Amino acid sequence: MSQAADLPAEAPSARVLVDFDRVDLAYDDTGGNAIEDVSLTIREGEFVAVVGPSGCGKSTFMKLVSGLRPPSEGTVIVDGREVSGPIKIVGMAFQAPTLLPWRTAMDNLMLPLEIVEPYRSNLKQNRAEYEARARGLLKTVGLEGNEDKFPWQLSGGMQQRASICRALIHEPKLLLLDEPFGALDAFTREELWCVLRDLWMEKRFTVILVTHDLREATFLADTVYVMSRRPGRILVRKSIELPRPRDLEITYEERFTDIVLELREHIGRIRKA
Amino acid sequence: MATKKPTNDAWAPWAFFIAILIVWQGVCTGFAVSEFIFPSPIAIVKSLIEFAGPIADHAWQTFWTTLAGFGIGVVVGLLLGFIIGSSRFMYNALYPLMIGFNSIPKAAFVPILVVWFGIGTVPAILTAFLISFFPIVVNVATGLATLEPELEDVLRALGAKRIDVLLKVGLPRSLPYFFASLKVSITLAFVGSVVSETVAANKGIGYLMMSAGSSMRMGLVFAGLIVISAMAMVMYVAFAALEKRMTGWATRGMDSRQ
Ligand SMILES: Nc1ncnc2c1ncn2[C@@H]1O[C@H](COP(=O)(O)OP(=O)(O)O)[C@@H](O)[C@H]1O
Ligand SMILES: [Mg+2]
Repeated sequence: MSQAADLPAEAPSARVLVDFDRVDLAYDDTGGNAIEDVSLTIREGEFVAVVGPSGCGKSTFMKLVSGLRPPSEGTVIVDGREVSGPIKIVGMAFQAPTLLPWRTAMDNLMLPLEIVEPYRSNLKQNRAEYEARARGLLKTVGLEGNEDKFPWQLSGGMQQRASICRALIHEPKLLLLDEPFGALDAFTREELWCVLRDLWMEKRFTVILVTHDLREATFLADTVYVMSRRPGRILVRKSIELPRPRDLEITYEERFTDIVLELREHIGRIRKA
Repeated sequence: MATKKPTNDAWAPWAFFIAILIVWQGVCTGFAVSEFIFPSPIAIVKSLIEFAGPIADHAWQTFWTTLAGFGIGVVVGLLLGFIIGSSRFMYNALYPLMIGFNSIPKAAFVPILVVWFGIGTVPAILTAFLISFFPIVVNVATGLATLEPELEDVLRALGAKRIDVLLKVGLPRSLPYFFASLKVSITLAFVGSVVSETVAANKGIGYLMMSAGSSMRMGLVFAGLIVISAMAMVMYVAFAALEKRMTGWATRGMDSRQ
């Protein structure tokens, strides 16, 4: 791939992008904390995966990072500033592609540019340039030639690719993916792992990927965090030392399956507890 | 397995319609039913032709009255729907009131409107308006308020303001709901204007039917009924066609999800 691939994933010099310091979040007064005592740091360019049982607070964690929810206790610092509202340097994609059905793939990609500054103000002048960028992104994810198709003309996997492109069009520093491949079949899912891997290797944005697929987390991430049941706490931080670039073949090697098994054991322990 | 060819059944309703007319005519002739009670189709057509001029006059009155009431209904319905659908607080505050209002039989407003505005066109317009704006409000508000939470997160995380989300997503999304409500509303508007005309007007199809009925000219009463039905049906079909044209993406999206 690119030369960046030869660098260690976590260059020690890399700046801290996300810093959680003993963060709690309670949605309401009665329900108790959804997540509790979460402290972690994510470096610029790091690929982080968060795994944990359903309902443990993974999506809640994403809401805290993106500034959609303020913490009840503790501090969240992103890009050097304490988060107190939407931070605008993020792109998000979810399990549902949430494309707008009345817009073509191209126009769906342009949506964030109609909202985020400085694109918003100069969209009229620079439209051609931005459309070229969108075309480029679509090409990278294998959607070349589908610019003018409507979402209902695309398969689920293609919609999800477009959704990830939409999350990246404004070149965010931080990409938040909440179970983005959860609704896809196994083959499409592995294809999209590679799409995401290549995008990340090329652009080196910071990624937080929420998933309940341990192979997915191990294949893609530099660091995997395992969360406990509600109230969600970080139980384990596991660095994935596998060399990059990683190919799908690696998922059949022993060093890979060992990591998956180790993670599984932590999850298993959560179940019993 | 061979796929079934789509069959064209467009002729079927017409065939049934003609069959009903024949049976109707047969019953009236066969049992010698008095024209003062239940006129035959031929008698109705005769009245239609005989009174074509006055009927057209009254029909035009009803038509524009209905459209005026409907027009006000669209404007008010859109505004109220936008207000109710665009904020959770407004939704919680106004939606129950709207439901309450909707359960009032709108005909009950006619006597009040007559006291305020006298007999004639104004109560008919207002009754048409009162009865027709509600489906528009509900549909627009629902379209705006039922935004996918995940899409809202995507946009809010980018710093989108409430108004951005409403204009870029809420409004286009509520359009199919809006156009779907128009065809319901226009038929309701006809109900409103005709009800008002039957009790408080000296012009319009409602008035024509009422006065023809009191002088036992049942052929003319039925002719009025036919004309008003035809007008309401044509408008319904027109708005259904408009809906299809404006919001094709919504139904195509449904198809592909099957
Ligand atoms: N908006 C909300 N209001 C109240 N409780 C919520 C809300 N969102 C999530 N929760 C609760 O917080 C906990 C964590 O939810 P979530 O972060 O969505 O879990 P996950 O994404 O790991 O499945 C769950 O118990 C859930 O019921
Ligand atoms: Mg979740």
